[in-house]
Amino acid sequence: MTAVAERPAETRAEAPIETRPVRVKIRRYVPELNPEPYWQTFEVHALPTDRVLNLLLDIKGYQDGSLTFRRSCAHGVCGSDAMRINGVNRLACKVLVKDMPDEITIEPIKGLPLEKDLVVDMEPFFEAYRSIKPFLITYGQPPTREHIQSQADRERFDDTTKCILCAACTTSCPVYWTDGQYFGPAAIVNAHRFIFDSRDEGTEERLEILNDREGVWRCRTTFNCTEACPRGIEVTQAIAEVKKALLYRRV
Amino acid sequence: MPAVKRHSYDVIIVGAGGAGMRAALESSARVRTAVLTKLYPTRSHTGAAQGGMCAALANVEEDNWEWHTFDTVKGGDYLVDQDAAEVMCKEAIDAVLDLEKMGLPFNRTPEGRIDQRRFGGHTRNHGEAAVRRSCFAADRTGHMILQTLYQNCVKQGVEFFNEFYVLDLVLSEGRAAGAVAYELASGDIHVFEAKAVVLATGGFGKVFKTTSNAHTLTGDGMGIVWRKGLPLEDMEFFQFHPTGLAGLGILLSEAARGEGGILRNAVGERFMERYAPTIKDLAPRDIVARSMANEVREGRGAGPNKDYVLLDLTHLPREQIDAKLPDITEFARTYLGVEPYTEPVPVYPTAHYAMGGVPTNIRAEVLRNNTDVVPGLYAAGEVACVSVHGSNRLGTNSLLDINVFGRRGGIAAAEYAGVATKAPVPPGVESQVVATVQRLLESTGGDRVAEIRSALQNTMDMNAQVYRTEESLKQAEEDILALKARYVNVAVTDKGKRFNSDLLEAIELGFLLDLAEVLVIGARARNESRGGHFREDHPNRDDTNFMRHTMAYRNEDGSITLDYKPVVQTRYQPMERKY
Repeated sequence: MTAVAERPAETRAEAPIETRPVRVKIRRYVPELNPEPYWQTFEVHALPTDRVLNLLLDIKGYQDGSLTFRRSCAHGVCGSDAMRINGVNRLACKVLVKDMPDEITIEPIKGLPLEKDLVVDMEPFFEAYRSIKPFLITYGQPPTREHIQSQADRERFDDTTKCILCAACTTSCPVYWTDGQYFGPAAIVNAHRFIFDSRDEGTEERLEILNDREGVWRCRTTFNCTEACPRGIEVTQAIAEVKKALLYRRV
Repeated sequence: MPAVKRHSYDVIIVGAGGAGMRAALESSARVRTAVLTKLYPTRSHTGAAQGGMCAALANVEEDNWEWHTFDTVKGGDYLVDQDAAEVMCKEAIDAVLDLEKMGLPFNRTPEGRIDQRRFGGHTRNHGEAAVRRSCFAADRTGHMILQTLYQNCVKQGVEFFNEFYVLDLVLSEGRAAGAVAYELASGDIHVFEAKAVVLATGGFGKVFKTTSNAHTLTGDGMGIVWRKGLPLEDMEFFQFHPTGLAGLGILLSEAARGEGGILRNAVGERFMERYAPTIKDLAPRDIVARSMANEVREGRGAGPNKDYVLLDLTHLPREQIDAKLPDITEFARTYLGVEPYTEPVPVYPTAHYAMGGVPTNIRAEVLRNNTDVVPGLYAAGEVACVSVHGSNRLGTNSLLDINVFGRRGGIAAAEYAGVATKAPVPPGVESQVVATVQRLLESTGGDRVAEIRSALQNTMDMNAQVYRTEESLKQAEEDILALKARYVNVAVTDKGKRFNSDLLEAIELGFLLDLAEVLVIGARARNESRGGHFREDHPNRDDTNFMRHTMAYRNEDGSITLDYKPVVQTRYQPMERKY
């Protein structure tokens, strides 16, 4: 099925900018109308600055309003629009169309229950996140002003504070696809963020959770997660550091 | 007909950005609380804030909260309610320390204390020189605030209803009594009865085309309050952030200039020296944005169409850029293909922040007129106008606002709910929302949401942006009225119940149209220039006639009446605003 619609001239391109026709092949799923997922291809005229998200917005706005996906900030910081774009997990708002071939295939991220089109149920993902106690744990009297933390100590967990919980890493992990119980990389990244924070006193309890049979030891070091992370976090390395902390019981 | 489900809480909080979650941490520790959000909490736009949160910690140089208050009042061009600014700047110090204790990973000084940097309009001793006041976590301070607050909500077991769109407020006997929400996943309608309601729904930047705002910032909370006949304050004051990525509007933090970045025109001139000789590139945003627009208008813009200026970071050490500005330099690389180490970045003002909103007092109670509150109704953050920002917000003061007034709103709502009786919720309170949903689903109209929205955004960018005139605003008003007429026949092609974002976008567009109209009508009536509102036909500030807040009211027939509210002055007399 191919649908083509003209975009009204007033809507986007105010100057005569060259556009490029792109075919966008989307895996659709609308259970109220059709129990099976199916493919639908749209043609869109892309502007040089367009990201894949712009194509989806264009299709929804001018061709098929029922196309359903999540989006919010549109510049890679809110984590709403993780999807499989030409077979790899990406944020649609961070992939430039000019870097893509003339046909772009878009599917929902894998491993989470499919709800509609590109929307999946995020609850299992957040459940795993919550289970690793993703918050600062301290005992005793809090300081009167701030905790003192050296720049070097602050640097140790800097990388893992960047996580936006988009699930691109977790849903690129082959272990996560096949083992519904595995916490997945994002939860471990967020555990890392606290385990290596010098202010935190919850390392033991958190490591115990991660030592579980569904914890870090399921990681097969495939590096899919690192490759998928839109924030450039060294996810596999973070997991390795957590494994090491478990082995030596020292951070 | 959609299914209708009922819930009962002491307090409900609408919105799960910084203000909503800060309120939730207070409220849920005291009374039974639910947070309703149209997103997942970590998607909220607080997470996009970059540069920092100011507080006079004096960790790196002398500072005090009184200087911060003065800067805030002057930065807002004296339309700031000074009692509110005092509260905010005084409580800023604990607000930052509280976040640190909750786990926020601030950048550190060599001594291990919270590091601080310069930011626009923040000065030492009433304007002498820029001061290091902004507490930050690289250039993702908002992200870290949002994450830290969510983490603490998880710790505290705060109850969230994610992807629930609140579409109406329940008022009963003149008091707040709950809210009506649409559940995205199922299409069900939910009535939440509550003794107190806290609105924390954010801004409405999507009335503009070029904006740093998320797609979801459609002013729902303001729109709901407006349709209840409650006033909106100072809606004509909208902030245009100077440094949006040219053509895209994506925000590049003022921290870039706080770290030493310089704005240059096509010939490489540091033009801010002409407009603000003392603090130059670190002048408040309204002044910098206008200066940039003026450079372009006078033909000194850069690029093939001479339609932007350049943000130059090339003289900064790479290590400093990597440590302090990693995200925004990546935005420049990803979205414009520009390498900030070696090339200046094309920038132009982008619609960024609503100074106006739902009028509140310093307890975050919502006002029904100039003096009286709506018992049980609270608002905090960008949805509210308390007014700490006056006619122009200083950078970092929004992250401060959400923490200080979010906390205050959460405490006040919980305390009220602890003593108040529940207002009776009349049967059928959901009928209006049900009818709206049904009407849109059954619509056979041919006007696309995207077309009307795009036309709205175009006229707002063209006619109600950095520079405004009576003529341009009149044009915008006529365009909006024509679009409202088209909106009656808006098309919704998705007829389903599950995840019907097509339907919700149509509803959100209705809010945008209402709020754009209030903005433009307020702007037409304000025949002066102050802060973010600049009228070319009235280029001077007029304290005699306009040293007052605009209060807009919606009449039964949909027309708008403007009234005014005095500015609260404590210790600062209006002066000419020079930097």
